Amino acid sequence: MDLHFGDSKPTDDERAAVDALLGPPVSSWEGATRDEMRAADLRWARGGREARDRRDLLLPGLHAINDRVGWISEGALDYLCRRLTVPPSEAYGVATFYAMFSVKPRPATVLHVCTDLACAAAGASELCAGIEAQLGLGSGVSVERSPCLGLCERAPAALAIKAGDPVRTAVSAPATVHDAVLAASAPDSAPEEPPAAMAVPQAGDPSLTLLRRVGVVDPASLDDYRAHGGYTALRRAFELGPAGVIREVTDSGLVGRGGAAFPTGRKWQATASQPDHPHYVVCNADESEPGTFKDRVIMEGDPYALVEAMTIAAYATGAHRGYLYLRGEYPRALHRLEHALAQARARGVLGDDILGQGYAFDIEIRRGAGAYICGEETALFNSIEGYRGEPRSKPPFPVEKGLFGKPTVENNVETLVNVLPILTMGAPAYAAVGTAKSTGPKLFCVSGSVERPGIYELPFGATLGELLELAGIRKRLRAVLLGGAAGGFVRPDELDIPLTFEGTREAGTALGSGVVMAFDDTVPLPRLLLRIAEFFRDESCGQCVPCRVGTVRQEEALHRIVERTGAATADDIALLREVGRAMRDASICGLGQTAWNAVESAIDRLGAYE
Amino acid sequence: MTVVPLGIPRRLLEFTLDGERVRGAEGSTILDACRAAGKDIPTLCQGDTLAPKNACRVCVVEVEGSRTLVPACSRKAEPGMEVKTDTERARHSRKIVLELLASSVDMSTTPRVAEWIKEYEAKPDRFGPDAARLNEEPKIDNDLYVRDYDKCILCYKCVDACGDQWQNSFAISVAGRGFDARIAVEHDAPLTDSACVYCGNCIEVCPTGALSFKSEFDMRAAGTWDESQQTETTTVCAYCGVGCNLTLHVQDNEIVKVTSPHDNPVTHGNLCIKGRFGYQHVQNRD
Repeated sequence: MDLHFGDSKPTDDERAAVDALLGPPVSSWEGATRDEMRAADLRWARGGREARDRRDLLLPGLHAINDRVGWISEGALDYLCRRLTVPPSEAYGVATFYAMFSVKPRPATVLHVCTDLACAAAGASELCAGIEAQLGLGSGVSVERSPCLGLCERAPAALAIKAGDPVRTAVSAPATVHDAVLAASAPDSAPEEPPAAMAVPQAGDPSLTLLRRVGVVDPASLDDYRAHGGYTALRRAFELGPAGVIREVTDSGLVGRGGAAFPTGRKWQATASQPDHPHYVVCNADESEPGTFKDRVIMEGDPYALVEAMTIAAYATGAHRGYLYLRGEYPRALHRLEHALAQARARGVLGDDILGQGYAFDIEIRRGAGAYICGEETALFNSIEGYRGEPRSKPPFPVEKGLFGKPTVENNVETLVNVLPILTMGAPAYAAVGTAKSTGPKLFCVSGSVERPGIYELPFGATLGELLELAGIRKRLRAVLLGGAAGGFVRPDELDIPLTFEGTREAGTALGSGVVMAFDDTVPLPRLLLRIAEFFRDESCGQCVPCRVGTVRQEEALHRIVERTGAATADDIALLREVGRAMRDASICGLGQTAWNAVESAIDRLGAYE
Repeated sequence: MTVVPLGIPRRLLEFTLDGERVRGAEGSTILDACRAAGKDIPTLCQGDTLAPKNACRVCVVEVEGSRTLVPACSRKAEPGMEVKTDTERARHSRKIVLELLASSVDMSTTPRVAEWIKEYEAKPDRFGPDAARLNEEPKIDNDLYVRDYDKCILCYKCVDACGDQWQNSFAISVAGRGFDARIAVEHDAPLTDSACVYCGNCIEVCPTGALSFKSEFDMRAAGTWDESQQTETTTVCAYCGVGCNLTLHVQDNEIVKVTSPHDNPVTHGNLCIKGRFGYQHVQNRD
């Protein structure tokens, strides 16, 4: 490797931010200034594998700089590259990949205003215009229109991030112009966010399984978690042994809740049986599908459950290291989880000798930085490893070559927390919940035009109508979006669709991650479709042609017909279909393959342009 | 006598290609089998000296049992696999990929693309006059080569050749995301401020002419570039003892560009700045 650095120097702040993460530089090669150094150390350089193997600290390093000063300057990037032996061009490629980073100067405070589906339906564009009118140039706040912030139950939402030491954040939701401006200008004095349980209308209901502790336990207290049944599942896991745990999970019929519905037991078994070591456990908490916020509520309301579940997954698959990849827009979940991990380590439920069983496991949190694509399992690996979050081509699959090229089991947050009731209830009792093919309870993220938006837990098999009844269906329902931007629309007369994987498939739609977004007829459908297309255009990683250019061409076509109906749209709809078909067939990953789903369903099922 | 290294013997596996039984070495790709069978599958991002990136998706084929189409360039042949290369579905995706590329990128210097556009009946104009294009100006920041990113299809080959697959200079990378992604050095600086060592190995692998010798770029601009008038002479570089092969492209008794044979077992098409660009003394007649 041929490292070449420019002449730009980091500021003291930038240097301090990087040093806080990596420790002080040990030689002048790493950027220590001469007068600080003993003469003997001047020509000393860390080299070889030891230097290069820290590439995965690139993303945390970029976060450290961005958190401290609000953007990433040439000098700061060069210094970070020097410290990590990373070529500056590659680090620049990584920094420019993520929406939350800027390589151009910007104010220390950034206000992300969500303009995605639920927020758009709740008046985000007026909110945005109002905020932009008040926070213009010179206000010290940069206002950025953002994809879904995962606060759909309180739409419209805004998130303020003020760089400094430490970085400060404030959430304003439901946001008014006044509240959002206040949050951005003084994040410290902004009113406290309501507790996570506010997003769970059923909170406290004793019949709940996955959500039973949300709003009941103190999310900061490990004792409280234990008093409410915490760590009984892990004890049970130690009794069963790794093979026994996998058998229980397989028998339970649990399938992935992130959207792909792959059998979890099979994934665990495939990872556990790989001869290559080490094995890794990765929790995919990069919840970015517009309309999805269930994982946030679990992490904020019951963080120890996720820690315990990851420990069980690791024990079953022979892993001793876990990564929790959390989306960058979830500051409260980050704090709760950091606290939970520290408590768990202090109390011996994480670390070298968990519960005195001689089993070692620890979890590291890695923060995303604004990229929907990083929720794709292999893009997530690249992101953790310090590369651009572009999906890898499969095969090989993660169970064989995953994180750092090693066998990896990657599960969504909701999937993992399902393992706890499986072990405490036993597989047969768990499998008795729901339907034969979709077992267990399922979380649904209900938002949009309903009385009580939030997370609902229902056994698989409940109908869409029953769920919407629970959430308080409003009159003049025009459409329901299932599965988020990558899902599909259904009509108000299709409320008898059973909410199971097989039931939605039979109805020609998809359950996805459990998004149920209701729209009444006040929201013009073509605008929503255009917003979905904009979302995919912005979030395409750019690796493959069908998705990189196809999402642009689709957005252009939807833009042309946003005010048109009938015959005037026929040509563009034909074009959308042809491009959509190639995207579905020829894109590398699920993003491109599903980007056209929702628009297609709106045309075919809802007659959006008739 | 030349000794040809044969390597470890590889098992042959059998599969079906467009209804015919074919055999391929274990580890070979569907594309290898297609080419061995004389089938012309279009490729752009595939490079004979590079690991497949399968980014362009123009080589997609249908494999029985696969939900989506698969890229022939990277998918390894498996025993019993049933591959169909010329179905309506595969041809549709190829057509759309060609339309998407040709409507956004200047493909005037991409070999064979005009032929494929005709073969697949692609109509890049159908997206209308307002369809977004890359709209990049050529970057001319040194005397040796030009980066005309209006012609870039983002195939990643230059990045791979500059990085860990060949040169290990890591001067360039993909920056930005989605349609706004571009090949760039850090901070989008000129090449002269980067780690570039001017080996030109990126030009060697560029499939579209986005990267070209300054001499070629200037001649094209002047309208004097004429490949039919060029001869190619492969010789040995005289600068050092490695003995790299150079192919000199000569027009009107002037060297206009230098490439290297990709099948050369020493260089695999790679050169250094001296072999690639250090030819002026040959034609300095003063």
